[in-house]
Amino acid sequence: MSVLLYTENWDGKLKKLSFELASYAQAIASQLSTEVVALSIGEVSDEELGKLATYGVDKILNLNTSEYKDFNAQHYAKAIAEAAKKEQITVCVFANNISTRAIAPRVTVKLDGGFVSGCVAAPESVDPFIVTKKAYSGKAFARVQINKDLKILSLNQNAFGITENEKSINIETFDCPIEESASKILDVKKNTGKMSVLDAEILVSGGRGLKKPENFKLLEDASEILGATATVACTKPVADLEWRPHSEHVGQTGKVVAPNLYFAVGISGAIQHLAGITSSKVIVSINTDKDAPMFEASDYGVIGDAMEVMPKLNEALKAFKENA
Amino acid sequence: MKILVCISHVPDTTAKISFVDDNKIYNKEGQQFIIGPNEELALTRAINIKEANGGSITALTVGLTETEPTLRKALAMGADDAIRVNAEPKDAYNVATQIAEVVKNNNFDVVITGRESIDYNGGQVGEMVAEILNIPSVSGVNDLELEENKAILQREIDGGFEKIECVFPLVLSGQKGIAAEPKIPAMRGIMMARRKPLNVVEPIDFSDATEVLEHNLPDAKAACTMVDAEDMSELVRLLHEEAKVI
Repeated sequence: MSVLLYTENWDGKLKKLSFELASYAQAIASQLSTEVVALSIGEVSDEELGKLATYGVDKILNLNTSEYKDFNAQHYAKAIAEAAKKEQITVCVFANNISTRAIAPRVTVKLDGGFVSGCVAAPESVDPFIVTKKAYSGKAFARVQINKDLKILSLNQNAFGITENEKSINIETFDCPIEESASKILDVKKNTGKMSVLDAEILVSGGRGLKKPENFKLLEDASEILGATATVACTKPVADLEWRPHSEHVGQTGKVVAPNLYFAVGISGAIQHLAGITSSKVIVSINTDKDAPMFEASDYGVIGDAMEVMPKLNEALKAFKENA
Repeated sequence: MKILVCISHVPDTTAKISFVDDNKIYNKEGQQFIIGPNEELALTRAINIKEANGGSITALTVGLTETEPTLRKALAMGADDAIRVNAEPKDAYNVATQIAEVVKNNNFDVVITGRESIDYNGGQVGEMVAEILNIPSVSGVNDLELEENKAILQREIDGGFEKIECVFPLVLSGQKGIAAEPKIPAMRGIMMARRKPLNVVEPIDFSDATEVLEHNLPDAKAACTMVDAEDMSELVRLLHEEAKVI
């Protein structure tokens, strides 16, 4: 009857989302009066895995054979389904991101479950099982009931928060034979430079209002001042014009982000862009047009020319950081 | 080469949305419906490939009669024929089951979906179809070449890109980048679309795994606090003391 969570790691370290997911799994396990099992796939040390116990995880399954060293959605889906069967799981939770979107639907079909992706809270009830998710590209919420015995959920980034509940560390090795894969990886290209917009806590984002690519230096300066967890983002037109790389494009067909703070500089606020930022905690808009729709979606606004405002903002941020 | 492109019939993103029937159902009145933007790009790429290398493209949607104009648009863009599975697309697992049935009965080499539909943003159907049929799948595809019996794709992964080769049959879900921009149907395409075959098939029995009970709109955002452009230290103070984000 337990709750299973699929943790994710990078370079031997558990990603922050794994702790948020453990907190989420723990909340659901309380509602069901049952336990939390975490599954880790890949090379992560026992010492690192043990951290999960701080967030309510009763048992950690460690799948670390060479066949699972590199991400392969089909292999991972099979392993997760096998773990779920072995532990008699009733609810399985994932983070909602590119990797899990390749895995969770397959797990759902393997286990004949019901899957709700994009959840924003713990279930409002477990019998019937009802949970709220985001819909209409962030413009609405939907309350969804799962009618299958096995429930599968994916949680939106930063939707739940982290809560501690110290358990004793209990790690078990887990293995699952793989099947032949029909796809072959030819090449892998990693993005160089600062962290992904998906992981940043502060985003300094620019639109066409910046007039030319060189002006993005002002945003790069701001992100430098704001620190290692801040990075630059942009709108679709800016990426299409090749002023900034496509990996920075935030919006409906780009990345959907969830930072604590989002600066929208020279961005008018088209619906397709807003669809990418509705999960931001705080939004600041800087625009010359007082009627820009972006202001309606923002918490703080500055009417002015980005090229004049940004240097002043950067100065104020620098002074703040120096005195902090 | 037989390609199936699964499209969703969805409301235009810029629409002001509302719900009826105790907020259970989307209010379609006065709304413009379109091919989902992710599928539209994927269909565009499929058409480019067909025009260069030959083959056939079938556009499919799971939906009621109201979705036929959207299928006709896919035909106008360049799909050769269309299939409508006569059922309301209320649950992803059900939709995937219907699509898998069509694939089984028609021997498609490549099944294409969009990264996600813009109404429920689930992104589940493509992978579910692949699992039901026990065939490979690749999601987040932003570059695609199709050869005689295999696909060479680029997919987005955590922190970068992967180039993959995969034999047929497979399912792939396309996103931004798979085509530079959606193909706009020319007048000739629109005329021909009326004469291309659009077949309706009945769904197979499957009970919905999930059910939407109700929709809610987000709480109205509080008014934006305006800060004078000359006073950036005030903005910084607010972000630190009031918003507590720096």
